[in-house]
Amino acid sequence: MKAIEAAGGAGAPRTPRAAMRRRQVREGLIEAVVTLVALTGIAAVVLIFVFVAREAIPLFTDPEIAKEVDLGRMFLPRVTRAGRPPGFIWQPVGAIPKYSMIPLLLGTLKVTIVAMAVAAPAGVAAALFTSEFAPPRLKEVLKPTIELLAGIPSVVLGFFALMVMATWLQTAFGFSFRLNAVVAGLGLALTIVPVVFTVSEDALAAVPRSYREASLALGATRWETAFRVVLPAAAPGVLAAIVLGFGRAIGETMIVLMASGNAAITSWSFGESVRTLPATIAAEMGEVVVGGAHYAVLFFIGVELFVFTFVLNGLAAWSVRRLVRRMSGAAA
Amino acid sequence: MSVRSRKAVGGGFALLTGAAAALVVLMLAVILLDVARGGAGRLSWEFLTAAPSEGMTAGGIFPAIYGTAVMTLVMTVAVMPVGVMTAIYLHEYAPPTSRLAAAVRVAVTNLAGVPSIVFGLFGLGFFIQFVGRGLDRVFSEPGTLRFGQPALLWASLTLAILTLPVVIVATEEALRAVPRDHRDASLALGATRSQTLARVVLPGALPGILTGAILAVARGAGEVAPILFTGVAYFLPDLPTSPFSQFMHLGYHTYVLATQSPDVEATRPLLYATVLVLLLLTFALNLVAIAIRTRTRRRAAAGH
Repeated sequence: MKAIEAAGGAGAPRTPRAAMRRRQVREGLIEAVVTLVALTGIAAVVLIFVFVAREAIPLFTDPEIAKEVDLGRMFLPRVTRAGRPPGFIWQPVGAIPKYSMIPLLLGTLKVTIVAMAVAAPAGVAAALFTSEFAPPRLKEVLKPTIELLAGIPSVVLGFFALMVMATWLQTAFGFSFRLNAVVAGLGLALTIVPVVFTVSEDALAAVPRSYREASLALGATRWETAFRVVLPAAAPGVLAAIVLGFGRAIGETMIVLMASGNAAITSWSFGESVRTLPATIAAEMGEVVVGGAHYAVLFFIGVELFVFTFVLNGLAAWSVRRLVRRMSGAAA
Repeated sequence: MSVRSRKAVGGGFALLTGAAAALVVLMLAVILLDVARGGAGRLSWEFLTAAPSEGMTAGGIFPAIYGTAVMTLVMTVAVMPVGVMTAIYLHEYAPPTSRLAAAVRVAVTNLAGVPSIVFGLFGLGFFIQFVGRGLDRVFSEPGTLRFGQPALLWASLTLAILTLPVVIVATEEALRAVPRDHRDASLALGATRSQTLARVVLPGALPGILTGAILAVARGAGEVAPILFTGVAYFLPDLPTSPFSQFMHLGYHTYVLATQSPDVEATRPLLYATVLVLLLLTFALNLVAIAIRTRTRRRAAAGH
């Protein structure tokens, strides 16, 4: 008791009741401060949106900027040279700047498709193996090892894709462009796999043991149990893993900036160089005039990325909640 | 299907999933071996302690190591109190049905999903254009910029927000691992809530909180996109002297050497050695964090 009273500070109150009140005030104060600080997370998300959007708003309000670019010019086909069919061109520096988002959106999509086509099956399969087939010893090594891959900075993965993978892939497939959507996509897959793996593995591990035991007792083999019982039961979590991976793939910057070649070409060919939304921001922000049209467009891309990932995160969270509800229903 | 063929098919599928796991581990090994082989030869005491010279085709990376270390330190000082207090609110103070706590959780999850380049834009739009220029309007001579430009402090604060979810998640897990009995015992002995927190709960959660700090440092030290427009510099002759100086950074230096070198062959060994240093740094931190976490989890699972 003495220590506690001493902690009350100098000028300790004389009556026990006053001491009690002081203590209550102090406790209330501490709780208020802790609660206030906890609001930082909410404030951060709101401020990020507000301040990224704030720099993009002149796009819609500034008449000077409206001469150069508007929504139509960002998304609809335009005739850029007389006699040519209308097209989509991103060429923000030049006599007549052109700000079509289409090549950038297409580039992002192509790189993301390649990354997900590899990372989703690989991540889910590795999670299935770790959770259902691996002996406990191996499992204990496998999980942290794959998580280590998530600890490699993306600039290092970008470096690896640029210096090593690009050469391998060109030798293997004979691409005419050394840096292209496939190289960037596979580099990107390296950073998506651990995301898909970790979230899927958590979902699979959350499936109650009784499911597996019931299935095995009914005469199903281990793989039938894994594929037809455990995987379907964990499906919302696995879906969340893939959605989260997708969101990460869209927003990843350094790998793509280094390994994609960064040419804004409107084409469906995966062997050509591509320029993605995040890489465009990273590559061009250093050279723009603050407050100009190009500056506002780059922030507008930031808003697009924020909204994309916000929606995908919401989707993943909803999916995880479904999984939790399903699993807690099963336990009851 | 007969039992035997069912088993054979199953074995095939199990093997396939095993191959996927092996492939992931193999890629990790290939990356590590490639970097180790390419970088080990150039790594030396001089490389770690000298500045780059001759257009970055010779010399070392000391300014980049120094910049990364100082930036990460400032970031850690900024993020730890906020992250730990948020986790304390979520786990110790908020009632289980609290709407506010639910909102904080949603915000933190979303924060973790915001692309790193958007953090960079935020740092530029908020810290530099809004806060920095605001400070300049009040404190600087008209027409001069002291605060409203890329700086070590702005980059560190941007990364502090980026790593906030890492700290919150790790700390909350650590708080969860402190048994309820310990809290009850302390309260029953007459300690207040905050005394229980400071003397019982936080000491028990310390290894987990430390894990969070280490993971945040590893993450923050390796991120490049958020600092591109908020403080990093291509090359500086001097080390940063104030929070409002620009700085050099290992990750950005890697990017510069890999993509903007005038002489690719001459920079290649330097590039590999830089990557090796960056990787050793983040890897060592991650390994330590994983080791602490595995031990704590095992102890928690064993019932202490």
